[in-house]
Amino acid sequence: MQVKESRTRLDKTGTLEQAMKQFHDGSTVMFGGFGGVGNPPSLIDGIIEKGVKDLTLIGNDSGFPQIGIGKLISLGRAKKLIASHIGSNPVAGQLMIDGKMDVEFAAQGTLAERIRAGGVGLGGVLTDIGIGSMVEEGKEKVTVGGKDYLIEPALRAEVSIVYAKKADTFGNLIYDTSARNTNPLVAMAGAYTIAEAEEIVPAGELDPECIFTPGVFVDLVIPSKGVNWRWAWE
Amino acid sequence: MGMGVEERNRLARRAAEEIEDGMTVNLGIGIPSLVANFIPPEKGVMFHAENGVLGMGKAPEKGMENPNLCNAGGFPVTVVPGASYFDSAMAFGMIRGGYVDLAVLGGLEVSAAGDLANWIVPGKRVSGIGGAMELAKKARKVIVLMSHTNKDGDPKIVEQCSLPLTASACVDLIITELAVIEVTPEGLVLKEVAAPYTAEDVRARTGAGLRVAKELLTVE
Repeated sequence: MQVKESRTRLDKTGTLEQAMKQFHDGSTVMFGGFGGVGNPPSLIDGIIEKGVKDLTLIGNDSGFPQIGIGKLISLGRAKKLIASHIGSNPVAGQLMIDGKMDVEFAAQGTLAERIRAGGVGLGGVLTDIGIGSMVEEGKEKVTVGGKDYLIEPALRAEVSIVYAKKADTFGNLIYDTSARNTNPLVAMAGAYTIAEAEEIVPAGELDPECIFTPGVFVDLVIPSKGVNWRWAWE
Repeated sequence: MGMGVEERNRLARRAAEEIEDGMTVNLGIGIPSLVANFIPPEKGVMFHAENGVLGMGKAPEKGMENPNLCNAGGFPVTVVPGASYFDSAMAFGMIRGGYVDLAVLGGLEVSAAGDLANWIVPGKRVSGIGGAMELAKKARKVIVLMSHTNKDGDPKIVEQCSLPLTASACVDLIITELAVIEVTPEGLVLKEVAAPYTAEDVRARTGAGLRVAKELLTVE
């Protein structure tokens, strides 16, 4: 894990080049987004260009072959993926079948809670989702109040990458509509969290009432070059 | 699936009849997503999406899409008055917490006890779990829309599922191109059959015991 710089610096803005110092062969990287929506495009391109490999990626899904995190996965840069779904990315499916990428599936809501738990200092969550299914295999069970639950361990990453509509210089974040999805959870669960934002404003300009990710969770804010892929529906 | 557009729409329209005013409803991808087309706005139904929207409306006009505002299948949507956005933890909190009245899902197999298998065919391409486990187990009512048999002609409604389960004893109603079948504590009950098929035709294509309802409806 990286040595954390103080998270109370008031100006956390920086560049893509600075952000790229956090990524190395074998890094564990958690990404925000759902079906490509809310995946941070400039950071993903940066990771691709840097050429890092053997990554462990953690996020909702594998995007589409040429959309979002899917671009990185399709290049074979991940040795492991922890996700709920890879159906929209046949390349990810092929990498799994060929034994080139290990995929660990989790139920979507359980995955979200494991990430949240990792971000908020919990060891994991108790859930009855998955009991009686393959998901149960190898997991500890516990009985609370006469009911059986699986113990689902918390997830954290060396680096978390998220996509925000607006950030201030302290790293407070606001998202756009359903591009929020897993981003606020992922933002909390990184030892080092990088937010890519469409717009960056001075601290004080965002209404504290409307902030979804408080800046304390964010280490670096970089400007986004915006989405540069064509959506599947276009 | 091999179902034509008309047949898919017929299934979706039939599922829509199960939706009551003011319900909170989650629609799976594929045929279930068509159900929304048969629900008039005045019913006050709130459509829920796992990616963090409650109150999805119709698809936007071409050129008016917000690429960030999508359903769980990744297609642009609009929102209705009263809609809200939230993160994935809350989206699933609503499901597990019992706030989703109805989920309409696809299926690979449904058993006589209402067990559902719809996420993995071992050894073949695996797409993953997605939100199916939470929806199947925790939505207050679960309807499965699927073809009655698989592409080899084998029944998908079976005594015991052979595929790994998504959730056990979770399905309430099965709607196929041939029939509407209710899952009851006493087993499967054939409620409706699509003409020209008969109850015997449905039985012959079903891999589990099937009682015929006293007032079997034949739908033209």
